[in-house]
Amino acid sequence: MSTKEHKIGEIVAEHHRREGPLLPILHAVQEEFGCVDAESEALIAKGLNLSRADVHGVVSFYHDFKANLEARPEVQICRAEACKARGVEQIMEAAATAAGDRVKLTDVYCLGLCSSGPSARVGDRLHARLDGPKLAGIIENA
Amino acid sequence: MIIRISDDALARALGADELADAFAGKGHEVQRTSSWGMQWLEPLVEIDGKGWGPAAIEDVDDILEGGANEIAIGTIVDHPFIARQQRLTFARAGKTRPLNLKDYEATGGWSGLRRARQIGAEQILTEVTQSGLRGRGGAGFPAGIKWQTVAKAQGERKYIVCNADEGDSGTFADRMLMEGDPFALIEGMAIAAEAVGADKGYIYIRSEYPDAIRKMERAIVLSAGIVAPFELEVRIGAGAYVCGEETSLLESLEGKRGEVRAKPPLPAIEGLFGRPTVVNNVLTLAAVPHILAEGGASAYERLGLARSKGTMPIQLAGNIKHGGLFETAFGVTLGELVNEIGGGTESGRPVKAVQVGGPLGAYIHPDDFGIRFDYEEYTAADALIGHGGITVFDDTADMGAMARFAMEFCAAESCGKCTPCRIGAVRGVEIIDRIRAGGRPADHVERMDVIHNAPRHGRSQEQEIGLLTDLCETMKFGSLCALGGFTPFPVMSALKHWPEDFTRAEAPVEAAE
Repeated sequence: MSTKEHKIGEIVAEHHRREGPLLPILHAVQEEFGCVDAESEALIAKGLNLSRADVHGVVSFYHDFKANLEARPEVQICRAEACKARGVEQIMEAAATAAGDRVKLTDVYCLGLCSSGPSARVGDRLHARLDGPKLAGIIENA
Repeated sequence: MIIRISDDALARALGADELADAFAGKGHEVQRTSSWGMQWLEPLVEIDGKGWGPAAIEDVDDILEGGANEIAIGTIVDHPFIARQQRLTFARAGKTRPLNLKDYEATGGWSGLRRARQIGAEQILTEVTQSGLRGRGGAGFPAGIKWQTVAKAQGERKYIVCNADEGDSGTFADRMLMEGDPFALIEGMAIAAEAVGADKGYIYIRSEYPDAIRKMERAIVLSAGIVAPFELEVRIGAGAYVCGEETSLLESLEGKRGEVRAKPPLPAIEGLFGRPTVVNNVLTLAAVPHILAEGGASAYERLGLARSKGTMPIQLAGNIKHGGLFETAFGVTLGELVNEIGGGTESGRPVKAVQVGGPLGAYIHPDDFGIRFDYEEYTAADALIGHGGITVFDDTADMGAMARFAMEFCAAESCGKCTPCRIGAVRGVEIIDRIRAGGRPADHVERMDVIHNAPRHGRSQEQEIGLLTDLCETMKFGSLCALGGFTPFPVMSALKHWPEDFTRAEAPVEAAE
């Protein structure tokens, strides 16, 4: 038994008695391995007695679940209406330059800091009232 | 000295933790409270009821000496932004430590639940119905009627589900409530459980709110003994906007793709796992403890106007000088909210448009600022209150681009179940692009000699606008849920009020044969 198989078995065992266990399991698997790949899908499907198609359908529906491991650090930038009204689009070019190939920039639709945008998230750390240089600084330190 | 600094996510995003550490480092006791909701002043430092904000690390010494006059705002409760409000749901905002049970009890916590348990299910239902409380998530359905339906429904198990998937841009009241007063939500859910006979509750929180998730989980543990035998659990969303729609949320809780269900059956009768389920927004449930406290129902009913009763926590966002949370009785005009309370735009430029109700809400022109905050008045104006978010744009905004974004967002977030939304939104983006390009010339196929049934002149801008109008009609009336059904609101309102933002381009030159 591979370590992955073992670990996913543990995660499934921990959650499978809950009502509607699939999303909590997927969150736990992604937390552990950084993604929910095809192998994980198959193992989860087996553990919950679902078809692989069922599990893949759920994984692919939600933006949060990634199919592949991303080696680069990720910076999420809010591009929703309230941040647009506060000029996030005007600083995206500077952000892309700061990110280069080293950092992955992801669009997110609303971090709930709508009176004080533009805002960004790195891990569980939030940043607000950003301008070009501040955002670039966050990206460089990501 | 006791220093009070909020531990709300917004304050923390602006450096409140570092500021708190700096005060603690100087030997002072720092209490982390909920946020007052004056977000332009965050991080706000409070000492003996007086405030300083926005405070930076460099200001620490000055503040301790009672100086720092340029950021001093005087007594916080007398600040016009706070003094003008009528806070019921957010009565504790700024005043208590979110996870402190003593603070909660001392400010009337659990009195609604205690009384609910004394008066029994029948009387709770009567009072919630009498209060006129309507769903604060957007649809505005009377909470009492929903609860009565669940109470009457047959089922071996019933659920209370709290919709905390607050995905609308420009809204943050759910987040602030969960981070600032989590026990109020728990109390509201426990009262709902008492009323309908449920023993299990789920709080579905979006993954974009890590602070709210952490605090709710902790609050559930701390209050488990108080609400028992009712049990609560937090479930975390996974980045799907459509899961804020109640049936999609239920599918997601069941561990499925968040695809919208056709109604009927109503979730009240066949909800989570096919069982009778109350699905209410955070603000709806958090308004309940106040209503159930002594004499609350009739007091609540007296506020507001016509069929919009009580108070609404309004969120002032976007390009606004004084952004934050403003709870007030229904009936306040948009002009008052934006210009008087909000102080106009932060950039100092004229207001061009205001979007009320999140990404699916209409863009309102300053000429229509007389509109009063009321469910029916907004519906009559082809607009919606939604979750009470107000996003202000100054005159640099390109409303054609915003309309395009509305369609783009719908296309990205559509659950895919119904055609008007899944395909309509994609076509919508394309049509808006063509309008903004001035129409389109005849394409290769249309120009072929063998084609006899297609026009050979392409499509004019006007014709494209007609097509967009048609498409919006189809989406509005043909979509299963509000995502496809309401996306036409921002699109059509932008087109109606700011057509020049769509039609700036000249008609394209006909390609030579």
